[in-house]
Amino acid sequence: MSCVQTFQDYAFRSLGYGERLLPRSDFTLCEQFTLIGSGLVWNIYFGALALFFGFFLATAVAVARNSSAWVVRKPAEWFIFVFRGSPLFIQFFLAYQAFVLLPRNGIELNLIFTHITAETGWLTRAWAGALVVLFLNTAAYSGEIFYGALRSVPKGDIEAADAYGMAGWKRFRRIVWPTMLRLAWPAYTNEAIFLFHATTLVYFSGFPAWQQKGDALYYANYFADKTFNPFIPYPIVAFYFILVTLAIIGLFGLINRRLNRHMPSESRPRLRIRPQVIR
Amino acid sequence: MKKLILGTAALALSAGMALAQDVVRLGTEGAYPPYNFINDAGEVDGLERELGDELCKRAELTCTWVTNDWDSIIPNLVSGNYDTIIAGMSITPEREEVVAFTQPYTPPSLSSYAALSDEVDLEGGVISAQTGTIQANHVVDTGATLLEYPTSDECVAAVRNGEADAVLADKDVLVPIVNEGDMVFVGEDTPLGNGIGMAFRKSDPELKDKFDAAIQSMKDDGTMNALIIKWLGEDSPRW
Amino acid sequence: MFASCADPSTLEGLNWLACYLTSGKHMAFYQSFLVVLALLAITAPAALLFGFGGAMAARSRIWPLRIFGRAYTAMVRGIPDIVFFLFVPVAMDQGFEWLRHKVKCPDWTEPVRQGSDFVVCPAAKLPLSTSPQWVHETYGFALAVLAFAVVFGAFAANVLYGAMRAVPRAQIETAEAYGMTPRQSFWRVLVPQMWIYALPGLSNLWMILIKATPLLFLLGVQDIVYWARELGGSKTSIFAYPHPDWRLYYFLGLLIFYLMLTRVSEAVLTRLTARLSHGQATLAGEAQRKAAQ
Repeated sequence: MSCVQTFQDYAFRSLGYGERLLPRSDFTLCEQFTLIGSGLVWNIYFGALALFFGFFLATAVAVARNSSAWVVRKPAEWFIFVFRGSPLFIQFFLAYQAFVLLPRNGIELNLIFTHITAETGWLTRAWAGALVVLFLNTAAYSGEIFYGALRSVPKGDIEAADAYGMAGWKRFRRIVWPTMLRLAWPAYTNEAIFLFHATTLVYFSGFPAWQQKGDALYYANYFADKTFNPFIPYPIVAFYFILVTLAIIGLFGLINRRLNRHMPSESRPRLRIRPQVIR
Repeated sequence: MKKLILGTAALALSAGMALAQDVVRLGTEGAYPPYNFINDAGEVDGLERELGDELCKRAELTCTWVTNDWDSIIPNLVSGNYDTIIAGMSITPEREEVVAFTQPYTPPSLSSYAALSDEVDLEGGVISAQTGTIQANHVVDTGATLLEYPTSDECVAAVRNGEADAVLADKDVLVPIVNEGDMVFVGEDTPLGNGIGMAFRKSDPELKDKFDAAIQSMKDDGTMNALIIKWLGEDSPRW
Repeated sequence: MFASCADPSTLEGLNWLACYLTSGKHMAFYQSFLVVLALLAITAPAALLFGFGGAMAARSRIWPLRIFGRAYTAMVRGIPDIVFFLFVPVAMDQGFEWLRHKVKCPDWTEPVRQGSDFVVCPAAKLPLSTSPQWVHETYGFALAVLAFAVVFGAFAANVLYGAMRAVPRAQIETAEAYGMTPRQSFWRVLVPQMWIYALPGLSNLWMILIKATPLLFLLGVQDIVYWARELGGSKTSIFAYPHPDWRLYYFLGLLIFYLMLTRVSEAVLTRLTARLSHGQATLAGEAQRKAAQ
């Protein structure tokens, strides 16, 4: 079987298209590259969506944590503490165990005007359940980063905004938020990289694979299990993840340039990807 | 002439190897009752514990027990972390490519489906099975939706909480669960595999032969059947 | 444990629970918490050592060493740690055995790789197959520690490399003006001062390390996750204490354990920061000096 044929059969296997049966014997390097690459689609799906949704919740959490009102600040602090203070591995496991306990045929929501049946079955599937966990997790981590940045927004900027008569939402939207993002961006880039790495845990703890549709590490594990040789599939995963990491650094670097475009060129911070700030 | 000397050297070395191997390390999973499990005292227990100890006595070997995840149980054998696998492992052609099996110590056993009700679509439904087992392969072959978990216990839990419609596992493993719980056997029992045997490194034939002989002697004097009755029940196939 | 636990099937209620929670298996579970703490206690200094070496290599004037240091520190950015854990320990184990094989059995003629088997001479086995079980367990644990130290050493190298560059240039220049050699100024001026700059990163790293410990069970060590899964799974009457699926409760226990560990660590690290800031040419050090006046 040629490599092109293998590619056609397995390139979208992780989504359920193509050949139904996974290769069982005579594993070629091409099969391993194709299937593991096909699984990578899920890693990118989890990482990109969790990052996107998490971004908004993180902003809200950071603002809440900076609030002077006790009722708003405390929940935000606890949210960050629980998700940053415990291993993602355990969070996945607990989430799965909790999701399967939800009633099968949905929860009856008795609103005043109407009955709504909330479906819960999909939460036990990795595409939704694991996404929820990753979303909350990254919101907590990024929330902490944004909070730190929020605290370091220069006082002068806010005073200047006041002098211009800006207040409330407008001041936040036009002055505080962009500055916060600019300050937080290097650390946030790290968070993005680690979030993508964390997506490999989805099928490793808690969430089961349906119809052998899994992520890159799931297929690598499949090959390691069948060939009894860990030295080929896992380095392939590593190779793919280096590519993903480089792509993230490139993309976030572009955004960083845009966020800093108004700064004088010497004081523009270069994006330094050092994992000391987060996680 | 030179070849001959080399040959004897190799012989002497392999004899030395057998001597050096005073302690044989038996690898098992420890999560597959009644074959092997960790009892409440924290020790390996079950059919295979008793079997392994008896085999070591008959082969005049000192043995210790090691537990290892099912996932990596063969890689750890071939890289030499223990000397044999005795973990309810069915003899299959795929595995025989990598490891050497003894003769089976239980007859080809049946695999069964268990579910919460007997109206389950075994071919179109969702079937849970342990990753990397012959049952998982079989589910894929029937065309049903395979749901994989790392241990057999999680597969059963998946049926209880409604994730899966049925579980496919060794019948002997499911019998106590069905007898004591709310689950029932569904559909036909399927014979899978060629019985359960001990697995060895292919480069280690002497040790394999010793255990092979011990298994044969246990089959001959009926102790093997007694063990099967004790742990797997009267209904399980015997020699 | 208790004498009344001899026949668990007659027990009920709290008595049953008391016996259940003190069974041999639970004792192993409680001990495994110590395993996790031991891993943390050993890995942290080991990773620091690896990190220090990595940072020094990355600063080296010899370019192959520098390339090596840079590649090592870049490694953790690109590759998920779990992927490392899945094959680094196996690779290290086989590497060590192969080296010992070369040294101890030079006249061994059979190939080391026979099909998928990895065969070294008995004298080169690690640990020897004659050694007792605790040696095997310790060796497995040591491999796990080494794997953790390699991965987290790369993180630490990043942090320390940054910290070394953060020490004010004037400090080094002053050292040079006093006639110190590069080696002297490195050890006597740079290293003592870099810790305060490294501390935020290192504290963070400690937190990451705590949260990576559940991955221990991937390395075949019987840690708290292993026992929580084992104990929590539903048990039929073949076991002395049959019960349904209780994994949720066991994992909630683990969650609380980790949250507590994080809390305690945060408190300790805050105090340590205050301690290390003392007498440093940083804002915090300056604030302390002013407060003391």
